[in-house]
Amino acid sequence: MIKDTLLVLFALAGAPLLGGFMAGIDRRITARLQARFGPPIMQPFYDVAKLFGKQMIVPNSWQVFCAYVYLVGAVLSVVLFFLQSDLLLIFFVQAVGAVFLVLGGMAVPSPYAQVGAQRELIQVLTYEPLLILVFVTIYSVTGSFKISAIYAHEAPLLKELPLIFIVLTYALTIKLRKSPFDFSTSHHGHQEIVKGVLTEHSGPILGLIEVGHWYETVLILGLCALFWATSPVGMIILITATYFAELIVDNAMARMTWRWMLGYVWSVGLAMSVINIIWLYAK
Amino acid sequence: MIKDFIEKSRAKSPWMVHFDCGSCNGCDIETLACLTPIYDVERFGVVNVGNPKHADLLMVTGAVNHRNKHALKKIYDQMPDPKAVVAIGACGLSGGVFREAYNVVGGIDKVIPVDVYVYGCPPKPEAIIDGVVKAIETFKAKAREAA
Repeated sequence: MIKDTLLVLFALAGAPLLGGFMAGIDRRITARLQARFGPPIMQPFYDVAKLFGKQMIVPNSWQVFCAYVYLVGAVLSVVLFFLQSDLLLIFFVQAVGAVFLVLGGMAVPSPYAQVGAQRELIQVLTYEPLLILVFVTIYSVTGSFKISAIYAHEAPLLKELPLIFIVLTYALTIKLRKSPFDFSTSHHGHQEIVKGVLTEHSGPILGLIEVGHWYETVLILGLCALFWATSPVGMIILITATYFAELIVDNAMARMTWRWMLGYVWSVGLAMSVINIIWLYAK
Repeated sequence: MIKDFIEKSRAKSPWMVHFDCGSCNGCDIETLACLTPIYDVERFGVVNVGNPKHADLLMVTGAVNHRNKHALKKIYDQMPDPKAVVAIGACGLSGGVFREAYNVVGGIDKVIPVDVYVYGCPPKPEAIIDGVVKAIETFKAKAREAA
């Protein structure tokens, strides 16, 4: 009981700190890759604190409601993750959050927010089936959807499911909104449709969404870490390597279209999943 | 303590929106040069957001005319407080060589309140960065007045 309470507290307080620092390191390394010096590591915290200190301008109350549900969905999925709960439950809770982000964009009749919301919906549609496939494959290896069963499994999942891990990194890239999949909104200055789904969010509401995004980053990186659950050092190595690869891809790739994303990620993702599953049974 | 951190963060994270109010593009090129690897204003947390609803600083170049004064006012009104305006270049300050033209209103301050004036034709990127730093200071003072 005490252990569970501590885990929940860690998930509530530790995850945004971790996600914020990740975002700070991300911006710094990205700047270095572009031959710039880059902002301080604390920059995402300054940004969010400033946003919370700004005047509240909201077009309608639905936008506020949707932002809060998005945040709650993200927080709850991280809490469930730290409690080593059911992977499917985590999946559906985070899906609710993701859908409410889209609804928040659609709550305002601004063309930029509308187009951004539609694109975000396509992005959700692209990565959700892949996530389900990843979870089902994990189930076929460990015999349970519980995360505790993954910890109980004696060999790292990466050894049995290397291709499934790559499929998960596709979902990670889409979720982090990194190039080539950053067309619903982007964390960089170079925007395509102003700020996409987040165009009409401002001040404290934008801050809430940013914090929700930190939680989501922690969740997906946590899912990546499960692939080397046998050793804590392995988990850290795996997360660091994955995130660094993510940054290289972000800076090396151009922004693509949603048609390309849907075709490419579904075909390659499904093919890799099927090959990995066949290999699992043939072994 | 949280209030102090928000105060500090305001100065550390000024997001800017750049509006070309009919400039010859000389000042615009110099403004955007601030974002390049040589000057890299992101060191100070400045991000070119391109959306007035997310911005803290409004950087305006060029002389205002009767057509775009409405757009300028609208962009200014869309920005949530606290906010600051930086007028850039001779035209932005007073209308420059166009000030006597029949279609020109004049400098930016004829339409919206300006906090910092950056002169030059065009100003150097260093001068614009200096203007941004000055704007952050006025910003702090404004927030203190409001509190």
